[in-house]
Amino acid sequence: MSHTLEHIRNFAIIAHIDHGKSTLADRLIQTCGGLEEREMTEQVLDNTDIERERGITIKAQTVRLEYTAKDGITYQLNLMDTPGHVDFSYEVSRSLASCEGSILVVDATQGVEAQTLANVYMAIENDHEIVPAINKIDLPSADVDFAKQQIEEVIGLDASGAVPCSGKTGAGIHDLLEAICTTLPPPKEGDRNAPTKALLVDSWYDIYLGVVVLVRVVDGTLRKGQRIKFMSNGKMREIDRVGMFTPKHVLLDELGPGEMGFITASIKDISETNVGDTITDEKRPCAEKLPGFKPSIPMVFCSFYPADAGDFEKLRESLGKVRLNDASLHYEMESSQALGLGFRCGFLGLLHMEIIQERLSREFDLDLIPTAPSVVYKINMTNGEQIELYNPVDLPDVVKIKTIEEPWIRATILVPDEYLGGLLKLCQDRRGVQEQLTYVGSGSNARAMLVYRLPLNEVVFDFYDRLKSLSKGYASFDYELDGYGENDLVKLEIRVNEEPVDALAMIVHRDSAETRGRGMCERLKDLIPRQMFKIAIQAAIGGKIIARENVSALRKDVTAKCYGGDVSRKKKLLEKQKKGKAKMRQYGNVEIPQSAFIAALKMGDE
Amino acid sequence: MPSERRLCKKLSSTLTNPAPLGASEKGQLGVYIHWPFCLSKCPYCDFNSHVREGIDEAAWRAAYVRSVEHYAQRLPGRQVRSIFFGGGTPSLMSPETAEAIISEIQKNWQVSNDVEITLEANPTSVEIEKFRAFQMAGVNRVSIGVQALNDTDLKFLGREHSAKEAIQAIETARKVFDRYSFDLIYARPEQSLSAWEDELARAQDLADSHLSLYQLTIERNTPFYMSHEQGLFSIPEEGLAADFYTLTQEVMEGYGLPAYEVSNHARAGEESRHNMIYWTYGDYVGIGPGAHGRITIDGRKYPTREHQAPDIWLDRAGKDGTAAKAEASLSHYDRFMEALMMGLRLRAGVRWEDLDRAAGHGESAQVFLDHAKLQTVQDQGWALCDDDGIALTQEGRLRLNALLPYILKEA
Ligand SMILES: Nc1nc2c(ncn2[C@@H]2O[C@H](COP(=O)(O)OP(=O)(O)OP(=O)(O)O)[C@@H](O)[C@H]2O)c(=O)[nH]1
Ligand SMILES: C[S@@+](CC[C@H](N)C(=O)[O-])C[C@H]1O[C@@H](n2cnc3c(N)ncnc32)[C@H](O)[C@@H]1O
Ligand code: SF4
Ligand SMILES: [Mg+2]
Repeated sequence: MSHTLEHIRNFAIIAHIDHGKSTLADRLIQTCGGLEEREMTEQVLDNTDIERERGITIKAQTVRLEYTAKDGITYQLNLMDTPGHVDFSYEVSRSLASCEGSILVVDATQGVEAQTLANVYMAIENDHEIVPAINKIDLPSADVDFAKQQIEEVIGLDASGAVPCSGKTGAGIHDLLEAICTTLPPPKEGDRNAPTKALLVDSWYDIYLGVVVLVRVVDGTLRKGQRIKFMSNGKMREIDRVGMFTPKHVLLDELGPGEMGFITASIKDISETNVGDTITDEKRPCAEKLPGFKPSIPMVFCSFYPADAGDFEKLRESLGKVRLNDASLHYEMESSQALGLGFRCGFLGLLHMEIIQERLSREFDLDLIPTAPSVVYKINMTNGEQIELYNPVDLPDVVKIKTIEEPWIRATILVPDEYLGGLLKLCQDRRGVQEQLTYVGSGSNARAMLVYRLPLNEVVFDFYDRLKSLSKGYASFDYELDGYGENDLVKLEIRVNEEPVDALAMIVHRDSAETRGRGMCERLKDLIPRQMFKIAIQAAIGGKIIARENVSALRKDVTAKCYGGDVSRKKKLLEKQKKGKAKMRQYGNVEIPQSAFIAALKMGDE
Repeated sequence: MPSERRLCKKLSSTLTNPAPLGASEKGQLGVYIHWPFCLSKCPYCDFNSHVREGIDEAAWRAAYVRSVEHYAQRLPGRQVRSIFFGGGTPSLMSPETAEAIISEIQKNWQVSNDVEITLEANPTSVEIEKFRAFQMAGVNRVSIGVQALNDTDLKFLGREHSAKEAIQAIETARKVFDRYSFDLIYARPEQSLSAWEDELARAQDLADSHLSLYQLTIERNTPFYMSHEQGLFSIPEEGLAADFYTLTQEVMEGYGLPAYEVSNHARAGEESRHNMIYWTYGDYVGIGPGAHGRITIDGRKYPTREHQAPDIWLDRAGKDGTAAKAEASLSHYDRFMEALMMGLRLRAGVRWEDLDRAAGHGESAQVFLDHAKLQTVQDQGWALCDDDGIALTQEGRLRLNALLPYILKEA
């Protein structure tokens, strides 16, 4: 099974979301005999429940295949299926950094979309050779020429070698395999006899194997029994298994230069395995570390509180377990007056946040209250200090603040002309600064390409949903972080009976403070059940009230008839009211059900 | 108007009056008989009542009699202070059936000399004609479902009788029975405060010494619920509803018929003894489909609940004397909650010692109350407390449903 470097092809499959990467991977696996017919399922590499239900890839997967090409040579193919959603572009970047070529999948009915662009540029930055694959040619509306034209015009990539194919029917798969072998390059020269040098591509916890480490060997070999060292932290371990995924796990004797595969080494604590780290031999270490990866940065933050305060410890444990195979999740304990004890969590994006929440509730049966998503602000203090603000509640006294900076993104939006107006307005409303407005493609296929700088905070709420609905689903969107910028930002505080509700505090632009404050007050007014006492709801900036609503006091609430037959029923009602009290928060002499705050948070920002 | 503060001080004297709490200790008992049939179903009504033809009254009579016997076996040696025929429309049953039930009760239990025997009656001519026969059977009080004193509103309420018939029923009741009461439903759609005030004036002319005045409630699972949801009519909003209530209190007070309970008005001493058993958390037996009871056996309080469905009840009770599932006894907290919930409906309120006794765990039941909150509701002028007990003011009673969970502590 040993392949010379010449006959190894390591490549990633990249595309815009849903253009058919995973389905194409299915056909490649099937054609190369990695799985038998009966073992195949659709998108076989999307193996978590959430991936299967949502039909999206969240985690990149690596599979080794063997293919005997027309030239008679048997090639070792290491295929990496990547996620298409923008939240997980970090997964893509890691995959790209671990291999030499990419298959760029373009849906023949859609053409080039925003993430096609983002991902292909990333591949180009990584010096990849690229084979375009025009997918879904089985569909009646497929237009291969149009897709090719777009690849050339929009991306500027030669599409003459593009392979038309269908992940559904298997058409063109052999052509694609041939192109992989002939067009994509073998790994760069590696020295089998040099000290071991391998890239730690990924790691996760597997119930059968324990902590599994995905590696790409550069120099030397990895074998069972070998003592290795993780260069970032100096931890030393003995390899107990070496293997590959076909996608089933198959044990091997060794992994040599240019090869990808996994090792296990009785690692108990997954935090020892930092992705991007260099693994070397304990006794004969390599001289230099590999450049590794840029660390993933959480972009969106929110807090999770257990709906049942008794579940706090369970939440702590569950977050720990989720992190075992999702290193992009960050969390820290915090406590809120309105919601009790919980965790401030950092995510790659909104979808990531949603998925973590779903995993917590499904895998661990936790009922969670998430607070409004927010971003990290930089606070420049009058004394020259700079503070990073992860939670709006912690904003220091305004008199000590000189300026507040917020993170910006650079967004690329591709949209058919007819929806352009709506999207321009959306970007404008979200404080966007237009950088570019060009057209790509020609004739009836022409689309506008917008590049906007936008404050991330304006995007984390519902920007993506708005964009999709304004364009009937036709617009595509991608973004990257683009530094920090000063702005006239203020802390908007919501008060109930004069007391601030910490979970509802937010940092907003002064211009939108009033609208946002008013919106929240109105929402709360509808959500807080009337009580015997009047409830004042206010939105305030500093000491200044900018919006207010009142929940008027109940004047009458009494059952007209209550006789012998009504006791049980009325008591049940009373018990229910009493039970609800456990989830009540005291504000002055009124008790506000936690559920009102939760609903206010859920309704987001219409 | 007597000062509310004094009322609280007077708690003990007011409460010793009808059926004080702990009536059960002394072995006293109320008996409720549910007759589940009506001539037609009123669109606002969510009582367990059914329109049925060809009722085998002999079988029903036998089942009631059998049921009295059953409960008497479980509760030997008690003294019955009150019997209440409710419904449904019990005035539709034959007086012989009422008589059979009453005599079975007399046979099985000791019945006090001043026993109150009430019959709910609908004011249609058929039923009025039977008043005398019911009186002969032992009934000494009727409660007539008048509901409104004008035909338009009666029609809206889906009633089968006219205002004239209702007045006739009252006239007849006055002649035939020792005591009578009648019910009115107010805060109807389109009703004005002044129209109601006029109607109250006419009502007090017709009244003896007791009146029940209910604000129209839109109950789920009634035709009114649907049409109200659909916006076909509307009832006074909360503020106006509160004004209706307050007006009613003031006007009736002026007529010498003050409210002794949220919706019940009487001259002193003329309260419904049967209902006072409920509000003072005494023992009562519930017989008939869907009837509930609360009975104390060996210091434990048991809830009872007969099967709702008339046919099932008839079948099972005919054989076994009951169609109720066995229920666990109530916890001390439940008992306290029930006693407080019922007691605070009374203008006289409830005495601490009676609440302690109701809870039945030999300690002060005040541990179940949040005293800071209790202070707040007093400061608001909604409740009055002293060493004897607690009573709500009129404003407090208006908010009873919100006030109760506010002052109660966790179980
Ligand atoms: N008709 C047709 N449908 C296809 C083809 N390839 C994929 N699809 C469908 O397109 C949808 C998306 O396919 P996936 O393979 O999950 O796409 P993906 O690019 O992996 O998506 P992400 O991982 O979420 O970015 C699925 O409903 C597939 O069944 C194809 O060649 N023809
Ligand atoms: C058991 S019911 C009926 C007795 C008798 N069948 C009758 O209708 O006259 C007792 C009283 O409750 C009152 N009532 C019933 N449903 C009501 C509702 N939805 N709102 C207000 N009062 C109601 C009526 O005044 C009725 O007379
Ligand atoms: S209100 Fe009386 S008559 Fe009308 S349905 Fe209900 S119980 Fe029967
Ligand atoms: Mg996929």
